[in-house]
This record gives sequence, structure tokens and C-alpha cells, in this order.
Amino acid sequence: MIRVALPHHLRTLAHVGKEVEIQVDGTVTLASVLDALEIQYPVLRGTIRDHGTHQRRPFIRFFACGQDLSQQPPDTPLPDAIVTGAEPFRIVGAMAGG
Amino acid sequence: MSGVRVLVGTHKGAFILTSTEKRKRWKISGPYFAGWEIYHVNGSPVDPNRLYASQTSGWFGQVIQRSNDGGQTWEAPGGEPEKMPDGMPRGQSNKFVYEGEVGTHQWYDGTQHPWEFKRVWQLKPSLTDPDTVYAGVEDAALFRSTDGGQTWHEFPGLRKAKGHLWQPGAGGMCLHTILLDPHNPDRIFVAISAAGAFRTDDGGQTWRPINNGLKSPYELPDSVAEVGHCVHNLAMHPSRPDVLFMQKHWDVMRSDNCGDVWHEVSGNLPTDFGFPIAVHAHEPDTIYVVPIKSDSEHYPPDGQLRVYRSRTGGNEWEALTKGLPQSDCYVNVLRSALAVDSLDSCGIYFGTTGGQVYASADSGDSWTAIARDLPAVLSVEVQTLP
Repeated sequence: MIRVALPHHLRTLAHVGKEVEIQVDGTVTLASVLDALEIQYPVLRGTIRDHGTHQRRPFIRFFACGQDLSQQPPDTPLPDAIVTGAEPFRIVGAMAGG
Repeated sequence: MSGVRVLVGTHKGAFILTSTEKRKRWKISGPYFAGWEIYHVNGSPVDPNRLYASQTSGWFGQVIQRSNDGGQTWEAPGGEPEKMPDGMPRGQSNKFVYEGEVGTHQWYDGTQHPWEFKRVWQLKPSLTDPDTVYAGVEDAALFRSTDGGQTWHEFPGLRKAKGHLWQPGAGGMCLHTILLDPHNPDRIFVAISAAGAFRTDDGGQTWRPINNGLKSPYELPDSVAEVGHCVHNLAMHPSRPDVLFMQKHWDVMRSDNCGDVWHEVSGNLPTDFGFPIAVHAHEPDTIYVVPIKSDSEHYPPDGQLRVYRSRTGGNEWEALTKGLPQSDCYVNVLRSALAVDSLDSCGIYFGTTGGQVYASADSGDSWTAIARDLPAVLSVEVQTLP
């Protein structure tokens, strides 16, 4: 199982705890993790990436094993530690504002 | 015993204020959706326990919430997964996609800019069906859901009403007002900043601008242009839907023919700038505005918070001050933050950017703060409960 850590507001929206576990079939990539997450929690559609283009929303960041993968292509494979569940894939609401 | 439920949207969540028909003691529930901007909460006229809320965030986008118990519990329609026979997920919520070619509108610098969905400003439940609800959105367009807020479809004909000439106001290019004609189900009025007012007479298929008579010499190169006016709010009395009232950026306006022609009724107002406008529940010619100093200050003149009432359908206005702060008050009252109840003695309610919600149980003669320290209020709606 893949562990996904969500930001506070998305946890309350999806009525889940700090992390959720999702099943990903095939290669574990940025896109396949987000696809699986949205299948399990449709309420999160549009909150992390655009409904139509699937582009990451501007103030959302993706981290895996201390690496910022936010700018990587959707088919980027995730590290083994994410695939095995040793580490969570982190979706973060970027600090922004004023 | 009947009662009143006040639905308050704020910058940091929604609140629900309830009272008996006496409107003396108020219970405040919330915050709901804490930390999110709640642009609008509104209830179905045919099922008062069916509420809709627009929950939005610069980080996480747009979420539609629905309640079936008067706001005690909420769900995002379509937010739960549905298992389909083919294994593909069906769950869908919060999806607002413009129909057909997206097209462009005028940008601040005069260039053309593609339509981009940002948020829902107004939710207007149908007058006859609790599962049907209209949504006015930014960038300006009108959507409708007929399945309780789960799926949404645009009325693209609206953007064909010279949409390429519409432009964002300071608050964005938003469709902020929707009026449904109770006598004619095919007629809908909407208002857009900064494009103007529009009307459909065929259930939303085709639309036309209804801005004849508006004058915007400070905002438009052509002061009487067919579109481009910064209309802030519209109001009608349900018994007389041919008569419309408008708070424009500057000027309070009235039309007696469904918006075909407007004439100014600002009369003796201290300033004719403002955001909201509302009509008394039982007196179709009694209207309310909150004059605001502008162009840049956006607080009450002289630091005195005054609602103005006209009992003559405009032109002759009286200041309503009893119970409202008359010194050092520098809040604003936004376009969707003024509403009325329909009890025998009509109640008037408004919220401020300072987090106060004021109520009057006597048509505006006297006021009481029924909430004082909420986040900045974006919208106020009122339900009169049986």
C-alpha cells in the first residue's frame, strides 16, 4: 500500500486522518498515485490538480523522501521507499500569502 | 413555532444564526468549513433543510457542500466513491467546466484573456426543486445542477452576449447575482462585474444585455455602452418581478420593465456608491441600500454605519441609524451581505467586513448586533422557517 500524507484542509474535506493508504496497480508514479487517490476519495478531485488538465494547482507541492517532485512530469516513478510504504508521499499546501 | 435561520458566509468559514420569530435571542453555530472562504450559503425555498454552500480556497479550489438537515451536517455531493461495474470510478464533484470553446474576455490591459474558472460566488436554489441549483461563477458564467450539486453544466449562451467585451472588476470577473422570476420559469436575471445585467426569456438558452439607461462615465470609454457596466447587485420583489432594483458601482437604479430600460433613483443618498440592495418582504416599493464612500475607501461616510431605506421605490431615502455605530465605523457591507426575512414584521439583516451581523426585526427602524466578532462577512441569506 502507498501511504499519502494530506494537508490539514484536505484531511477535513475527505474526513480522514493525517495519512491515507491507497492501492496503486502497475508502476507507481506521481500520476498513478494521484489517480488512485482521487478514485478512493472523489471529493479531492480538483483540489490537488485541475479537473480537466490534471495540472498541479499552483499552491500545491509534492514531496517524496525529502525530494520536491512538484515540477516533475506526471509519469515520474516514485522512490522505492514510497512504493513499499516505508515513507509517505506528501501532498503539501505551499506557504503563500501575505 | 416559526423561526429564522441566518446563513452567514465569511472569509474563514460559515456560521448559522438561529432564533425564534421573536428574534431576540440568537444561537450561533459554526464555524463550518473552518479556514475556507465561504462565498455563499443558501437554502431551498421548497425544502428549507436543503442548504448549499460554496467553499473555496486559493490553495485547494472550489468545493460545493450540501446539507439536508438545515446545516447540522454537510456532504460534498459526489464526494464519496461509487463502485461501477466496469471498475471505473464515477464519483464526481465540484467540476465546473465551460461548455464548448472557452473563448476570451477583455483583460485589464485591453488584451483578450481566456476564461478561467476560479470560484462560485452565488448559489441560487430553484424555486420548485430542491435538487436544482444555479451557480454564478468567476470567471463569469452561469451553471446549473439538477442532481443536488453533484454535476454542473454551463449555460454557454450567456457568454455569447458580447462576452469578449466583459472585463474583470477589482474583485474579479464574477457572476454574483442570480434572480429567478417566480411568475415565469423561463426568465432569469443575472449580474456580472464588470459586464452588466443580462436576461434570458427562454430558460437560459439565449441571453441579452439589459443595460439601457445605465451610465458609467468614470469607468467606461463609452459611458452608455451595451456591456461593461459594473453592476454590484440586483433585487426584486417576488410579487412584482418586472420591477428590478440595482446598486451599480455608482448609482442606484430602477427598471419597471424587466430591465429593458433603467432610470436612476439615487435621490438624496449621501453617496450613491454601494454594494448590496434588498427589497422589503411585504412592501415591494420599500428598498434598502448601504451607501459607502468610494472610489477607494469603501467604508461608510463619516464613520457612521447607516442603512438607507426608501418607501417610495427610490429617490426619497431615510437614514436608519438606531443601534448602528455612528462614530469610528470603517467597515464595508459586501454585495451579498444584505437580506430580509418574511415574518409579519419584516426582518432586515446585514453582515460587515468587520465580522458583525446586524439584524432589525422592525423593517430597519432599530438594529441589534446578533454576532460581533466573526471573520469578515462575505454573504448573508435568511430563511424564514415554518
